[in-house]
Amino acid sequence: MTKASITLNVNGQSLTTEAEPRELLIHVLREQLEITGPHIGCETSHCGACTVEIDGRSVKSCTLFAIQAEGTEITTIEGLGNPDKLHVLQEKFKEHHGLQCGFCTPGMITRAHRLLIENPNPSEEEVRFGISGNLCRCTGYQNIVKAILAAASELNQPETVA
Amino acid sequence: MIPGSFEYHQPDSLDAAVGLLGELGEDARVIAGGHSLIPMMKLRLAMPEHLVDLKAITNLKHITVENGAISIGAMTTQAELIDSAELALAAPIIKETAVQIADPQIRYQGTIGGNVANGDPGNDMPALMQCLNAAFTLQGPNGEREVNARDFYEAAYFTARDDLEILTGVKFSACTGGYAYEKQKRKIGDYATAAAAVLLTKGADGGCAHASIALTNLADTPLYCEDASTSLMQTGVNAASIDSAVKSCMSIIEPVDDNRGPAEFKKHAAAMVLKRAIELAWSRA
Repeated sequence: MTKASITLNVNGQSLTTEAEPRELLIHVLREQLEITGPHIGCETSHCGACTVEIDGRSVKSCTLFAIQAEGTEITTIEGLGNPDKLHVLQEKFKEHHGLQCGFCTPGMITRAHRLLIENPNPSEEEVRFGISGNLCRCTGYQNIVKAILAAASELNQPETVA
Repeated sequence: MIPGSFEYHQPDSLDAAVGLLGELGEDARVIAGGHSLIPMMKLRLAMPEHLVDLKAITNLKHITVENGAISIGAMTTQAELIDSAELALAAPIIKETAVQIADPQIRYQGTIGGNVANGDPGNDMPALMQCLNAAFTLQGPNGEREVNARDFYEAAYFTARDDLEILTGVKFSACTGGYAYEKQKRKIGDYATAAAAVLLTKGADGGCAHASIALTNLADTPLYCEDASTSLMQTGVNAASIDSAVKSCMSIIEPVDDNRGPAEFKKHAAAMVLKRAIELAWSRA
């Protein structure tokens, strides 16, 4: 099958590659564009490890063909923070021990990021419901929920003026 | 988990999409949110040679509420149904059902059209549409036609939709009486072990002016429970009439043993969710 040219705007950068229509977005991101933050967990739309944000929606990138994402704005964990400047969510996951093996963490944080944009002040129940498409096999979720609530609370603080 | 090869088409109008289906014939499949079809393609249980993506057809995405008549375009996502303030007023049972479908990521992608058109007995919207007495609009080479949701489902994955037709939207009347969608599932994101959609309207005399009951995943199609609905309207809603409505519904279900449990357990779960749904709907009527 002939490859099509696909242009994606990933983390503010316009990237063009070629892919067959049958290639899933997660594979194109990881193997061609070398954006390896989104992970391949179950590959069956269950675990949420491959979660990315596409045009303001949290999407499991294992359940979308890359060609369907042509022209979209995509945010992955790489676009949220980096080792020198962690995103508030990353800081809070670290502080509250919201991860053990870390495999689910990029998807979990990318999802939590969208959740807090849509609902900046969620209850514990709303956080649990909001991350119900992301599975974690280590933590039992308690510390993930604590970390997301702590991030919400920090993001809600009025900006301090230096 | 790599699907078979296919050619991708993204028509920008409904006419172009219907034209493509006519041209490509049975080798083509329509894709909406893709959360039923893509998993099937990964397993190679579906191997279409052509995918016709409806995402660029902007007039398939709308929610219209006018004079008590509700019309929803096929490409409207579950998340958009949940976020619609006018739908929450005109038919709150839609949101109640949609939030119980899959998980947040899937609700951003999954559409009402895909959910009702696919014919999967596990999908939640088909029974809800039967409960609402909705009509589905189908567009094909010979123009447009409507099929009532109660006549649409023939067997698992077999519906009244012809291969060359596209389901473009659903229509139903606003329902402001009591409502409930109760669903028993193993975990969030799962299909129903058993689920029940119930609408009940209380008359001025305290009786039951309108009743409608439909069930999810308890046979190879959704089930509209006509006898139970009629009997609640005749007898009113009380402990004895609820019991007899549940018994009537249980006599038409045909659950099978699978990974959600043995048929006997599903019957138990079905009776439980239905009783809860009737009680909750009546308390809101």
